Amino acid sequence: MADYIKLEIVTPEKAVVSENVKTVIAPGSCGEFGILPGHTTFLTTLNIGALRYVDKNGTERKIFINGGFAEALPDKVTVLAESSERRRDIDVERARRAMERAEKRLGEDDAQKKDIDVIRAKAAMARAMHRLRIVESINH
Amino acid sequence: MATLKEVQLKIAGVKKTRQITSAMKMVATSRLRGAQMAMEAFRPYASKFAEVLGSLASKSGEDSSPLLVPREEVKKVHIVLCTSDRGLCGGFNINLIELAQSYLKNNADKNLEVSFTAFGKRGRDWCKKQQHTITDEYIGVVGAKFNFNIASTSGNKLINKFLSGKYDEVHVVFSRFVSVGKQQATMKQILPIPPIEVVEEQDNEANDVYLPEHICEPSPEELLNDMLPRNVFIQIYSGLLETSTSEHAARMSAMDNATKACNDMVGELQRLYNKARQAAITADLMDIVGGAEALKG
Repeated sequence: MADYIKLEIVTPEKAVVSENVKTVIAPGSCGEFGILPGHTTFLTTLNIGALRYVDKNGTERKIFINGGFAEALPDKVTVLAESSERRRDIDVERARRAMERAEKRLGEDDAQKKDIDVIRAKAAMARAMHRLRIVESINH
Repeated sequence: MATLKEVQLKIAGVKKTRQITSAMKMVATSRLRGAQMAMEAFRPYASKFAEVLGSLASKSGEDSSPLLVPREEVKKVHIVLCTSDRGLCGGFNINLIELAQSYLKNNADKNLEVSFTAFGKRGRDWCKKQQHTITDEYIGVVGAKFNFNIASTSGNKLINKFLSGKYDEVHVVFSRFVSVGKQQATMKQILPIPPIEVVEEQDNEANDVYLPEHICEPSPEELLNDMLPRNVFIQIYSGLLETSTSEHAARMSAMDNATKACNDMVGELQRLYNKARQAAITADLMDIVGGAEALKG
């Protein structure tokens, strides 16, 4: 059995990651799951969150994933995400602003507020939160 | 006969125009490269998506999602019209608009209720002029840099309205990028989603073996339901990408032609100028000779 699996993270705009890794841990919609080389074929949807992987040199890396789905094969994991960023590409300022905006919107006690706005604000908040968490987790 | 001064002014004018058209051509060329790169970057995502979607669709039933079911009576049609914001790109926008128009004409007897989502100023202005209903308009997208968000935002609106019965069918009119020299105005149905073709890759035998054995989480039906809306976004996004690329390609060749036409015109005018100058010289000489003759006598 091979020691590595090929991890590919693709978004509509670009390929974010394409490298051989040792382990992948991804935020599946039915719970977080880990994949090692030789995993059985598997298909699942993903939540907004952080995907972790251990690269060839044993370093753990985190990548922000904005929903999508993942397909695992014995020697390959393909993640199709609507958007995705490596830690160094995360725009902290933008995430902070998005967080504040979402908080404000959710805090407003507005009778005219539609359900759709709440859903949107919550999704924006989740995105911002996970982005910030990824940035902060390594700074500590 | 035009005077010397007039011809000279005209030559200067045409030369200025040539400067502008050749500059526009160069700008379009570089933008075309960018747009083509964006299309290239999208391809891996789209092909992987189609592969997974095809294998899922073959596993779950035909009517597993309301997005797949055609309406029995189609009364309310929505058209997503992708055009450019700016002109000076030959017949590019006209082709797109004519395609939409011919669809309306062909279905005129069915009493359809047609509404539009306009991407691009040209299409929007046409809708306004024809007094069609415009539900949504997006300006500054086609031909510029845009991301997937715009497709999912507009796609979500379309899906919601389709599900709530406000639309029975949604089509997208876009320009397919065949090559730099050829762009084809195309109309495609995006809702209800046309039957999904199962991608069969004969050359890759491994595919046939492993795909049916996927463990799916949640069930294949739920996965499919999650993916179908995305399929709509992807269709819109790829339509926008292709339209953008086509726009730049169309502008490039239009400006190339214009530059060539300017060259021809300058040549023509230069000949005219030379002729006029020669005529003036001849006339002057005749005067001098005539004057000299008169003095002699």
